[in-house]
Amino acid sequence: MVRQLIKGCEAIAEAAIRGGCRYFFGYPITPQNDIPEYMSARLPEIGGVFLQAESEVAASNMVYGAAGAGARVMTSSSSPGISLKQEGISTIAGAELPCVIVNVMRGGPGIGGIQASQGDYFQATKGGGHGDYRLIVFGPASIQETVDIMYNAFDISDKYRTPVMILADGLIGQMMEPVEMPEFKSDEEIKVEKDWAALGWEEGCGKSRAVINSLYIADGELEALHERLQARYRVIEQNETRFETYLAEDAEILLTAYGTISRVCRSAVDELRAEGIKAGLFRPISLWPFPSAAMAEAAKAESVKHLLAVEISAGQMVEDVRLAVNGAKPVDFLGHPGSQIATVEEIKERVRALVKEA
Amino acid sequence: MLERDIFAGFGGQGVLLMGQLLAQAGLYEDKQVAWLPSYGPEMRGGTANCSVTISDKAVASPIIDNPTSLVVMNRPSLDKFEKAVIPGGKIFVNSSIIDRKVEREDVDVYYVDCSAIALKLGNPKVANIVMLGAYIEATKCVEPETVIKALQHKLGEKKAHLIPLNREALEAGAACVK
Amino acid sequence: MSETVFARTKGLREVEMHYCPGCGHGIVHRLVGEVLEEMGMLSKAAGVAPVGCAVFAYNYFNCDMFEAAHGRAPAVATGIKRVHPEHCVFSYQGDGDLASIGAAEIVHAAHRGEKITTIFINNAIYGMTGGQMAPTTLVGQKATTCPKGRDPEHCGKPIRIAEMLATIEGSAYIERTAVNSTANIIKTKKAIRKAFECQMERKGFSMVEVLSTCPTNWGLSPVESMEWLEENMIPYYPLGVFKDKEV
Repeated sequence: MVRQLIKGCEAIAEAAIRGGCRYFFGYPITPQNDIPEYMSARLPEIGGVFLQAESEVAASNMVYGAAGAGARVMTSSSSPGISLKQEGISTIAGAELPCVIVNVMRGGPGIGGIQASQGDYFQATKGGGHGDYRLIVFGPASIQETVDIMYNAFDISDKYRTPVMILADGLIGQMMEPVEMPEFKSDEEIKVEKDWAALGWEEGCGKSRAVINSLYIADGELEALHERLQARYRVIEQNETRFETYLAEDAEILLTAYGTISRVCRSAVDELRAEGIKAGLFRPISLWPFPSAAMAEAAKAESVKHLLAVEISAGQMVEDVRLAVNGAKPVDFLGHPGSQIATVEEIKERVRALVKEA
Repeated sequence: MLERDIFAGFGGQGVLLMGQLLAQAGLYEDKQVAWLPSYGPEMRGGTANCSVTISDKAVASPIIDNPTSLVVMNRPSLDKFEKAVIPGGKIFVNSSIIDRKVEREDVDVYYVDCSAIALKLGNPKVANIVMLGAYIEATKCVEPETVIKALQHKLGEKKAHLIPLNREALEAGAACVK
Repeated sequence: MSETVFARTKGLREVEMHYCPGCGHGIVHRLVGEVLEEMGMLSKAAGVAPVGCAVFAYNYFNCDMFEAAHGRAPAVATGIKRVHPEHCVFSYQGDGDLASIGAAEIVHAAHRGEKITTIFINNAIYGMTGGQMAPTTLVGQKATTCPKGRDPEHCGKPIRIAEMLATIEGSAYIERTAVNSTANIIKTKKAIRKAFECQMERKGFSMVEVLSTCPTNWGLSPVESMEWLEENMIPYYPLGVFKDKEV
């Protein structure tokens, strides 16, 4: 396969199309504009539809309509825009529809900044919109990984009728790296039987008409929805939990990080090892489901003295790390919420301090 | 080999393109590469910069705090990044418009009169390519021919007629540091 | 021998509706169902129900149905229509849903010339939530959030949606009707048919604004409501065709 140098946002768009995306509804916001721009040129070429909505609120509700109509549909935005999309996302989750949402995170709260951030971890993994629901959330660390996740995101979303979110940061979106772009999925591969979708309905055709709805007002209906959702979420936890470890086996200090900052950690691990400090890295790839069991296992290893969670935030994923580790080992945090990215030097210093402590 | 470079200048000086060409050339030579731009309002007329990593191994962090080489096309960029360069690193200075010398004594410095050279070649827009030619000659991190290939990729068929000019610019830049 | 002279339209399901006595929703539902049936479009129709009194409309129309978040029906209908351009896609919305929280969505659906049809029920009040002031509540009209009557100094004058949407380039057919008399009900049905035809001919966005009654929240009997609509609403919201674009 040919490696091509491609910008993260464009790679996301192309991989989505190759993975079967045919509809895109979005609204401009920095730093993800390359996605809608690319889609606006590319989707019509393959018989798809790109539409710039009047707002993120409208875009997410257009996604709801298209998903209910049986389409492979996605939207993308950056943090403030994702907040606006929560109405549609909650509706989509409640109506048990598949779709893909890309958040190229920037700093917040409010309008915040436009530089890379990981401040939307809570929003992505703990619900975001109102109601008890989950998104399947992936936090890729390279453009190739983003492409591979995006390429299969529609399959996963269709399989579980659960929205998939790709939680990238501004660096992933704007960076260029070599990528092997996968082949187009064939029409056969992307054609999923959706007997629940609104495809048109004839009285007496043997199936019931489609009702796409997130309102469950009759006695017991809402409880039944949640039983379905929770059962599905347990299966997702079984099947879709992903993580990667790097030199974790004999690590004394185990770093935890996702996305771009995990790569800074990896550089720090290499340099620390060169100094003789046994550092390692545990990198969650799926942020929900969170790889709690694997992380707990890694933390239990006798060699591990201390964990250090590193983020581009004031400390969000660290809460899941602490829940996973459950007090077995001390968990420290290093991060900046204002889009300042911890440097390799900073991480090394903190690790050295932890080693002294231990 | 591990080159971790920062290219910086005013928006419009083609610093992002210099980095992209280098990354593309690295890719053609089967190296591991990453190109990371600064982005945002400063891109419109303010300062712009990009970080380029070229390595034989997988690129861990694409973020560069301490470059092995620094290429600066304007004074604010030199002021901002001079101190960050690793000891023994290289600094390439666009001496056409940067009115001061590099203060560090533990780095190799190359002064390249890129704008004047570009003008002499008949197109001030290739000042960045002149600088890239100097950078490649001094660092040897990719072959000049691969950069030409990267230029062909970037310019496409419509602008293929600009290749000879760019080749001249690369060579003129290289001549400055030989 | 007996002969069927009247039958339930196939466009509506055989379920009991939840609307109050004297409410206009039931009438308009039937008209929409009849038109879809007569046009032979039921098997290729998708409707979008609002939040408001018509929230359960997905239980009533006998075709594929969606329930939208408050105000977003035109956006949802847009998503459906872009996937199934050959289908007849309609949103069914009340005045709070369309003229207040969903003002952006309806304006931009019209602005894009979205090939959908909106049935807009204007009864000058929020029904489902208990009689609060709507953007279409008349000056002086009492509501639970304007107990002394709507004061235009404080919250503006009622908004005329049909007139506004008619000014937008992308709208193709805009009419305002009422369901306060047999003659007006017949006119409403014709308008709905025209709007759906306009959609299927891909002329652009179409909307029928139907002035309707809310005896419960107006505090009137069904008969009094019909009279109140005629005497108060029609003078402010004149009936007629505001846009009929020939392509």
